[in-house]
Amino acid sequence: MHTPEEIQAVIDRYPCSQQYALAAMQDMQRQFGYLPREGLEALSKHLTCPFSQLYSMATFYKAFSLKPKGKHVIKLCDGTACHIRGGSVLLEGVERELGIRPGETTPDGLFTLQLVNCLGSCAIAPVILIDGTFYGRMTLEKLPGVLDSYREEAAAE
Amino acid sequence: MKQTILVCCDTGCLANGARAVADALEREVSAAGADCQVQRTVKKTGCHGFCEEGPLVRIQPDDIAYYHVKETDAPDIVRGLIQGAPVQRLLYKDKTGASHPPRAAHPFYNKQKKIALRNVGEIDPHSLEDYLARGGYEALKKALSMTPDEILTEMETSGLRGRGGAGFPTGRKWRSAAGYDVFPKYVVCNGDEGDPGAFMDRSILEGDPHSVLEGMAICALAIGAKEGYLYIRDEYDMAVHAVGNAIRQAEEAGFLGENMLGSGKPFKLRVVRGGGAFVCGESTALMASVEGRVGEPRAKYIRSVQRGLWDHPTVLNNVETWANVPVIITGGGAAFAKLGTKSSAGTKVFSLVGKVKNTGLVEVPMGCTLRELIFDIGGGVANGRPFKAVQTGGPSGGCIPESMLDLSVDFDTLTKYGAMMGSGGMIVMDDTSCMVEVARYYVNFLSEESCGKCTPCREGLRQMLHLLTDICEGRGQEGDVELLERLGHTLQDSSLCALGKSAPNPVLTTIRYFRDEYDAHIREHRCPAGVCRKLTSFRIDAGKCVGCSACVRACPTGAIAGALKQPHEIDQSKCIVCGSCRTACKFGAVTVAGGTKQ
Repeated sequence: MHTPEEIQAVIDRYPCSQQYALAAMQDMQRQFGYLPREGLEALSKHLTCPFSQLYSMATFYKAFSLKPKGKHVIKLCDGTACHIRGGSVLLEGVERELGIRPGETTPDGLFTLQLVNCLGSCAIAPVILIDGTFYGRMTLEKLPGVLDSYREEAAAE
Repeated sequence: MKQTILVCCDTGCLANGARAVADALEREVSAAGADCQVQRTVKKTGCHGFCEEGPLVRIQPDDIAYYHVKETDAPDIVRGLIQGAPVQRLLYKDKTGASHPPRAAHPFYNKQKKIALRNVGEIDPHSLEDYLARGGYEALKKALSMTPDEILTEMETSGLRGRGGAGFPTGRKWRSAAGYDVFPKYVVCNGDEGDPGAFMDRSILEGDPHSVLEGMAICALAIGAKEGYLYIRDEYDMAVHAVGNAIRQAEEAGFLGENMLGSGKPFKLRVVRGGGAFVCGESTALMASVEGRVGEPRAKYIRSVQRGLWDHPTVLNNVETWANVPVIITGGGAAFAKLGTKSSAGTKVFSLVGKVKNTGLVEVPMGCTLRELIFDIGGGVANGRPFKAVQTGGPSGGCIPESMLDLSVDFDTLTKYGAMMGSGGMIVMDDTSCMVEVARYYVNFLSEESCGKCTPCREGLRQMLHLLTDICEGRGQEGDVELLERLGHTLQDSSLCALGKSAPNPVLTTIRYFRDEYDAHIREHRCPAGVCRKLTSFRIDAGKCVGCSACVRACPTGAIAGALKQPHEIDQSKCIVCGSCRTACKFGAVTVAGGTKQ
């Protein structure tokens, strides 16, 4: 979670000019996993730009989320190369395994599923990216094993 | 000259374990000690291009190329270097089984001509010395000795056209921006590569960031700008990193910054990370995003060379365009113009992906045919399946059938046939890709990415998506195709920006070249490619099935049964029509029939 000091620390990195709104919001998203309302309010004061404008950016750009994400973020690539090499079948597999749809988080807070446009790793399509790790040439066969490794890790903690 | 080991450490190879390979090689070189006349540090370079065969390792200056290298191959590779004998099993083998150590002998590489990618894969992108050793910043030095008019003339002579998709003549763009006496002016690099299936710009930014910075600095001299921005997709973490690092190095070394090479002229660059909106690849939307606003485009009756970023004259070019600029200044515009075709000079980088055998990044002279690209360089369709179509130009492009593979790849030819060269994504499709579903995929993508500012794009795409979804799910009706065409023409005529204007291309070209597939969906309730679930069922051809049970293992729902070495059968009530069995079957025994689940 986030403290007012942490929020302030992010904001203080940037001069008071609208052109830094996107960068400050990206930093918050990266650090907190989402854009907390308090963060946007503080940023709006700092940049002297209306809160509504920051809110419209937060909902316009795909990088942002207004809700906290799960512990592990699964990015399932639905770029064209992945799509024609079975990405949509894979998506259904993940949905079946986790019981959630893209954009949702599992009730235990372990996984968030995101559908992304292209990860640029078309040579190893279809691809899923969990946190920073690429899983290339994914199949429905391999999927449960990959997800289980994260579940076991969480259970061990 | 000492030998150098180059390991491709670009996204594709890293995902295949290139980092471990590089580390292992470094350990082996150290362990070999004085016996080994090899540079101690293994160079972690940008993309070598041949992502399919990664991780890739190359030995210079002998041009020895190793494919599919594993961590455990490191001792053999270093021993091979000491003994002067390449490791046979890691080399490329042609059809006769003979192995060819030089990379240039591989058909994937031997038709390519690298200009924009000249340094990608050859240098360590984090090393300024590497870039300088290959003639880096020489063009900037030369440009500083030229007048702005001389630079502009050189650019115009070169015939370079914007590589982002629209193909606007670069020299003319710069000339217009130079003509306005409003300051400050800005130079912008569009690195918001949003086309799914395209990674040309990412590879240049990751593999040779200085070439882009140098190109931008030359433009700044020509138009009189002091500031520039690079707008890069936030998803491209490595690229953002590499460019940020390159800017720091270039400023410290005095190539950029307050005083370019002691000339007294400043040029400052800043990286802006994109927010993840496809429409921000459109120039005016991108500028709005750089200003810290929602990335919505505006009507362009006043062009951005006159009023762009913060309403000031701005030159915006794509990453690949910028990377070409230093070559033009160093070698001269006339030499550059000799490459490629008359109306499209130079080369173009393509990312060759999809169902093609040799997936990767390629650069060829303009005017090369699609057939050469896909079959000679790309090695044809993967798994021996028949070719169906190639999709060029990303979501704004079109699908081109086999009968048109001899078309020349340049800006004007492809546009004439309803497709476009676009930024260079080239997605190959085989008989297991449904063209109606592909059209639906792109329209779905674009309707989500439409910013919603203008009605034709926002509402038109939504209606097209409804129609296409209906057709894919078996609810298509007579007249739907004609309605799609009418909607498509409306979008082309009346949308505000290029996103909407080009959005109908995938639909219109698939209707034009693959009308029979639409008709099969609507009239016969079947999907010939076996992709649309509700219009497909899979059967096992008892005559072809050898009973190997590969499909049984691949099936996620346990719908296939049969004794070993006896023909298997699919239980249609359990089958979810995912197609895993068809992919798994090596004998072509899984066949496609019409839908059973209405």
